[in-house]
Amino acid sequence: MNIQNIRQTVRDHILKEFLRDESPGVLTDTTPLISAGVLDSISTIKLASFLEEHFKIEFKAHEVSPSHLDTVAAIADTLARKLSQPKK
Amino acid sequence: MAQRLDALLAASAARRPGHPAVEDPENGVTVTYRELALAAERVCRLLVARGVRPGDRVGVGGKSIGVVASIFGILEAGAAYVPVDASAPLARSGGILSDCAVAAAIVGRDAADGLAQAFGRKSGKGVTALDELAALGPALALVDGPAPRAAPAGASADLAYVLYTSGSTGKPKGVVHTHPSALAFVDWCSEALRPTADDRFSSHAPFHFDLSIFDLYVSIKHGATLVLIGDNLGKHPGGLASTIAGRRISVWYSTPSILRLLVEFGRLERHDFSALRLVLFAGEVFPLKHMRALKTAWREPRLANLYGPTETNVCTWYELPAEIPAGREEPFPIGRACSGDRTKVVGQDDVEVARGEEGELWVAGDSVMRGYWNLPERTAAAFAVDADGTRWYRTGDLVREDGAGDYAFLGRRDRMVKRRGFRIELGEIEAALYRHPRVSEAAAVALPDGDGGVAIGVFLAIVDGGTIPTLELKQWCAGQLPLYMVPDRFTCRPSLPKTSTDKIDYQALLRPD
Repeated sequence: MNIQNIRQTVRDHILKEFLRDESPGVLTDTTPLISAGVLDSISTIKLASFLEEHFKIEFKAHEVSPSHLDTVAAIADTLARKLSQPKK
Repeated sequence: MAQRLDALLAASAARRPGHPAVEDPENGVTVTYRELALAAERVCRLLVARGVRPGDRVGVGGKSIGVVASIFGILEAGAAYVPVDASAPLARSGGILSDCAVAAAIVGRDAADGLAQAFGRKSGKGVTALDELAALGPALALVDGPAPRAAPAGASADLAYVLYTSGSTGKPKGVVHTHPSALAFVDWCSEALRPTADDRFSSHAPFHFDLSIFDLYVSIKHGATLVLIGDNLGKHPGGLASTIAGRRISVWYSTPSILRLLVEFGRLERHDFSALRLVLFAGEVFPLKHMRALKTAWREPRLANLYGPTETNVCTWYELPAEIPAGREEPFPIGRACSGDRTKVVGQDDVEVARGEEGELWVAGDSVMRGYWNLPERTAAAFAVDADGTRWYRTGDLVREDGAGDYAFLGRRDRMVKRRGFRIELGEIEAALYRHPRVSEAAAVALPDGDGGVAIGVFLAIVDGGTIPTLELKQWCAGQLPLYMVPDRFTCRPSLPKTSTDKIDYQALLRPD
């Protein structure tokens, strides 16, 4: 899966789950999500849990944070890095 | 018995100097009682040398062993600590610390320059790195307080801490507790919950949240070990579950929301929780559905609900039965008064109602706050004073006493809501939205979130009859309010419905179209 596909999956999920009624154009790859209050702590956990299941990966505690998950681009980068690591 | 909170640390350090006092798994630091007491003493000396005097206030932000040492150091200096949310907008934290005219503040090194600027200083001025605490976690700095330093009425050497909660007029208000009011609560915990020096307490709540009073002082008083859970770990159910199990935590205290996340996403079946003996929760109603799930996952530990607004500390409590009856549908009560506190249920005209009737819960006793910082009128309005001088705090919570003598929680009298354990005045959200240049009317309402909790919805009228994207409104709110106060849903309408007296008609807003 390339980075564009990952970004699209993440964007679609965020729009569907957390930004219903919002026109898709407002959510860009660099829109701040956690630091701007779009995702609160519980939404962040739900998002992380969806990503873990969908992409078959696991986040470490420090990764469920704005430095790794604050934008669609950052989320996709974090996921791409995890997906490229060999499975244990 | 100790007369001051800082004496609890001194006594435990004398009794068990080599025992681990605080562990910080995220930063990989542990301190013994001797080390914690020495670090607190260094902070105390530093503050005194900077001119901090008894009765002064000193701000603190963040969570680490260095911050715990700072809190005890502030108390040792005779000052009161004012904890602020390190993740909230600086304008709000800076405003809080200016409101109670702190003499200084101890915050993360990365936040110090911003805070100094919020106090009206040029960048880099009035900031001193606290190298003394470098071994105790992330770097801290001491920031000089805003000048000039006024001495507002209400300052006295028995003040212990000021906790700011959401204010209905848009400005947070400071709840002032003294050493005696905090110790009344701490001593009740000793009596009711029987902690021991072998216990290992969780510290999940941030220090600006009143649940932290239990974690910090009950654990230190008993010479037990406190396990700090920082922001990152606190929001990661899988990490939390492995920390509770791996660190052998025996006493857990958090909001029901966190317990629910643990059950739902924490994969509890992977871990051994045999050390856990007591699970306490507070801050909001625990929906029965999620409580059952918790009871199924954690069969052994005792479960108890502690109830009380920040103003009273914990004033009633209820221990859950070992089994939740299969047919039960109504939530469990908030219980009855803790020893040392008195409670009564009051109806119209401030007259006590008969058992079984609905009314407002009033609380009197040693654990009740002194008042709101520098708000004499708000303080007077919060209390009803009997002829014999008894001060009854009007909680604003509606309750009914059941046949067994326990109070059932029914709702609120005013516009305060509890969301994930945090207290939110809907008026403060509206005030933040009215500051948006295009908002002409704002009405915030509490809505069921469909899962037993509370969501916050806002109805808005926009200046030109247009709309503002949800994303922009959320970003606006996040710039003005702590993240837990950012509303979930926004609805823009051409205008908001009005009552006959031309006020916003909240009932009409909540009616389905």
